[in-house]
Parts: sequence; structure tokens; C-alpha cells
Amino acid sequence: MTQMALVIDLNVCVGCHACVTSCKEWNTSGEAGSLTDIRPYDDDPSGTFFNRVQTYEAGVFPMTDTIHFPKSCLHCEDPPCVPVCPTGASYKRESDGIVLVDYDKCIGCKYCAWACPYGARELDEGRKEMTKCTLCADRIDNEALPERDRKPACVLACPTSARLFGDIHDPNSEVSRAIDERGGYQLMPEWDTKPSNHYLPRVKTEPSCGCGKGAGCGNTAVPDDATLAAQFERGQVNLAALAVHR
Amino acid sequence: MRPAFSVIFLTTLCGAAQGLLLTLVAAEAASRAFGMAVPSAFYVSGSALAVALGALGLAASFFHLGHPERAWRAIAMWRTSWLSRECIALPVFLSLAAAYGVAHWAGIGATLEIGALAAAASVALFVCTAMIYACLRFLQEWASPYTLVNFVLLGCASGCTLATACAAWLAPALVGRLAVCACLLTLAGCATRLASLARNARLQPRSTVQSATGIRNEKVEQKSRGFTASAFNTREFFHGQSGATLRVVKIGFTIGAFAVPFVLTGVGALAPRSVAAAVALAAAFVIQYVGLLAERWFFFADAQHPQNLYYQRTS
Repeated sequence: MTQMALVIDLNVCVGCHACVTSCKEWNTSGEAGSLTDIRPYDDDPSGTFFNRVQTYEAGVFPMTDTIHFPKSCLHCEDPPCVPVCPTGASYKRESDGIVLVDYDKCIGCKYCAWACPYGARELDEGRKEMTKCTLCADRIDNEALPERDRKPACVLACPTSARLFGDIHDPNSEVSRAIDERGGYQLMPEWDTKPSNHYLPRVKTEPSCGCGKGAGCGNTAVPDDATLAAQFERGQVNLAALAVHR
Repeated sequence: MRPAFSVIFLTTLCGAAQGLLLTLVAAEAASRAFGMAVPSAFYVSGSALAVALGALGLAASFFHLGHPERAWRAIAMWRTSWLSRECIALPVFLSLAAAYGVAHWAGIGATLEIGALAAAASVALFVCTAMIYACLRFLQEWASPYTLVNFVLLGCASGCTLATACAAWLAPALVGRLAVCACLLTLAGCATRLASLARNARLQPRSTVQSATGIRNEKVEQKSRGFTASAFNTREFFHGQSGATLRVVKIGFTIGAFAVPFVLTGVGALAPRSVAAAVALAAAFVIQYVGLLAERWFFFADAQHPQNLYYQRTS
């Protein structure tokens, strides 16, 4: 069983919202569109978005961490929004585990949104139909696109590659390895919805070199070769140290 | 949760209709057992009222839908969805309640058998309606047997009060006994509703901002929800009312749905054959119904949706 999902690296997300705008741009004109924008240029705009980037602060000042946190549908393996739908409009696609809405069957009762603890679904104000992240179902298998573009729009837009896309049931996939190696976790595990999307935790990165201490970067661990020729012989040229020497 | 008025009217109107029909059938069974003569006009007008209230509730439910013209599709997923089951149970209940009234009006026999079927449909509808809310496990205020008990008892109490008011006009001999039942049901509904309020006040939310984001730190605070305007998530799941308003509504429905109807029904039963009694009993139902509207409003406003953890601050 394939289960496509996003793995989001909170360590490198810079909170630029490029995934938000690229998602809206693709999906408003794709199969999931159009996505309503009401009063877009007035003081109280309102519109449908499948993806948001939120910002959290952890810790007590001055020892705080700012964490940018993209949130979209998590494509749960046991999605609580699917069985409650009275018409069968909400479904989990067997072939790849994506949770989708058949818009033509949706009666706009909002019950699926009530049944989602993550707030991942939005009723489109103009269409009066439930909408949600489709993992760009109209991109990922789209043979009209070059193969490298068959990924969700948000993944392609991310400038820091904070979003990985793949099959979390394939133990050798990039996403499964990232989850294993980096301690990927799920949101609100207490409700047993088994979200497919995982998050890679933020990890404090200690400087690997001794910047600011001593004469220069990395020179504590490196034997103090006086000449460039000796360093060349060893195959490790410490240009920074050389610059200091001069 | 933001209270949805269409759903408030649906559940209270249908609840009263179901309670009324259950009372009619119980009254018929009891009067037959004890050999009392009850004019059939009581059953005919009672079931007509039940059908009218239920139909109004059904009509109200359409206002909840974004696409009411597709509502017929809602019967499809009865295997998994309590909402779908409700969409089937409601028309079945309405048809059986209508059949019960027609059987009495036309003088066809087997009224009690039809009544038993209608009563079963009424109970089934109570279960379906309550389970729509009780089955959402992460809405902890709703995910409790109290939800089912309260939907049944409050529906039966208002229905029985209405049946007593009908009896004051059409079958005065029944008023005394029905009034006792109405008072007992109102009292029981009050007890379980207060118990559920006490339970909800003690609830500890299982989801926290830490479990919602997975950030491991004792102090995690949202600095931005990611947008400055309003959105579906900020409108649908926040009622936007102050704590003071909630307290007023809570006290209001305790008085309106329980205390006042209890007293009025009791007073009406003291002089069952007077016009004043009929007026008092009708007033008891109207006041109880308005009280139950407030109760259902509070039922929604009381529920804290875990998604709200993601929408705490604009920026």
C-alpha cells in the first residue's frame, strides 16, 4: 500500500510563505479550483487556502526559538473526516492514500471539518463546497508535466527544500529515511488518526568549527602545518589559517 | 464551536416532535391498559403537531447546507456516518408519525402497532442525532454518554410538556398523569444536563499546543497563525462570545428549560379542567422550547475544538 505524504523539516523552514502562495496559485486554476477570494484588496479579505505557515515561539526570553510551522492536510492513515461524510464525497484514494473530496457530491454540511482535529479543511465561501489539500493530485501523476515537476506545488516552491514528498510506506524512500534518521513525528498523536505527513524536529545546530575562538575556523583540530606545500601533501588546505598567518 | 442556528432548530424541533409522539403512544398504551376513554382528536392533533414540528426541523436543516439541492445524496453512507443515518431516520419517523395520526383519524385499527413502530423510529432518530456529536472523540465536551442521555431526556421533556398542553384542550382526563410525567422528565433532564455541565467544567483538554505542533518545550506560544484576515477556521470554530454571555445563557437555560416549565406544568396540573391551566401549560411548552434553544446554543458554544490551538494569534 502506497501512502504519499509530505515530510516537513522545521529545521530549515524559514517561514517565507512561498509554499502558501504557490499552493494557492496552482490549486485555484487546477482541478481543485477555483479557490474563492472575497474582498482580496479590502481591509477584511477572506479566501480559501490549503496550506498555511504559522509561527511559534518556544522557550522563555532571551533563550527563545522561533519555529515556522507549515500546516496543511496531514492525509491521515485513519482519517476521521472520511467515515462521517454522509454522501461519500470525502474519501481516501486507495492507490496512494491521499484524502480527497469529490466536489460534485459535497453538500456543504461541514461535518467533515468538525471531525478534523487539525482544522485542515475549509469550506469555500463562493462554491459552498468543502476543499482541502489534494497533495496536488492533478500534478503528481500528470504525464503532461515533465517528470521532475510531478510533485506538489509547495514542494517545488520551497527555497530551502524544507518539504519532502514521497511514499512513507516504502522504507527506502527519501521520506521514510528522513523520518527514521531525523526523528520525524506526527501531530496530535493522542487521537490516533495516524497522520501521514510527518515533521522533522528543530535541532539546535552547534557551530562545528571554533569560529570566534583562537586564530581561525577549524584550526584547533588541524595540525599546524606551516607551509602550503605541507598542507597540500596531506590533502587538506586550510586557507583561512594561511590567511591569518600572512 | 460557533453555534449553527439551523442545527439548533433542527435538533430542538425534532426532539420535541419525537418526545410528543413517544408520549402519545405511551398514553394510548396506558389508557388502553387501564380502560380509559381518550378522544381520538387528542392523538390526531398530537401526531399532526409532531409531524409539523418535525417537518419544520427538517426544513431548518436545509439552511445548514451549502448545496441543499444535493441533500438527497446524504443517505448514501449510512454504513459509516451517523449524519447519513439521521437523514434516513428523520423521514421514516415523520412518515410513521403521520401514519399514526391518519390511523387514528380514519379509525383504522392497529393504531398501537403503528404507534410502536413510530416510537421505535423516534428512539432511533434520537440515537442518530446524538451520536453525530458524541462520536467526535476529540470534541471532548460532546464525546460522552451524557450527550445521548440529554438529547433523549430534553426531547422527551419538551414533547411531554407539549402533550400535556394538548391534553388540557382535548383530553382533560389525561392532564394530571401527563403533567406528572412532564415534571419528572424535566427534572431528570435538568439533573443530567447539570451533571454534563459539571463534567465539562472539569475536562482537561487532551490536545495542547505542544502536541499540536510537536515542539518539545514547556512554553510554546503561537506568534502568528499565518494570516491576518478571517478564514473558515476562525469563523466556524470560535463563537466569539464573552464568558459573561456564556454564563448568562447557562443560567437562562437552566431557568427557562427546567425551572419555569416545571412550576408551570405543576400549577397547570392542579386545576386540569380550567382555561387558565391550558394557558399555563401552553406557556410552559413555549418557555421550555425557548430555554432548550438556549441550551442547544450553549451545547455548541461549550465545545472546544482542538483545531483552535492552531488559530490563537493573528500576528
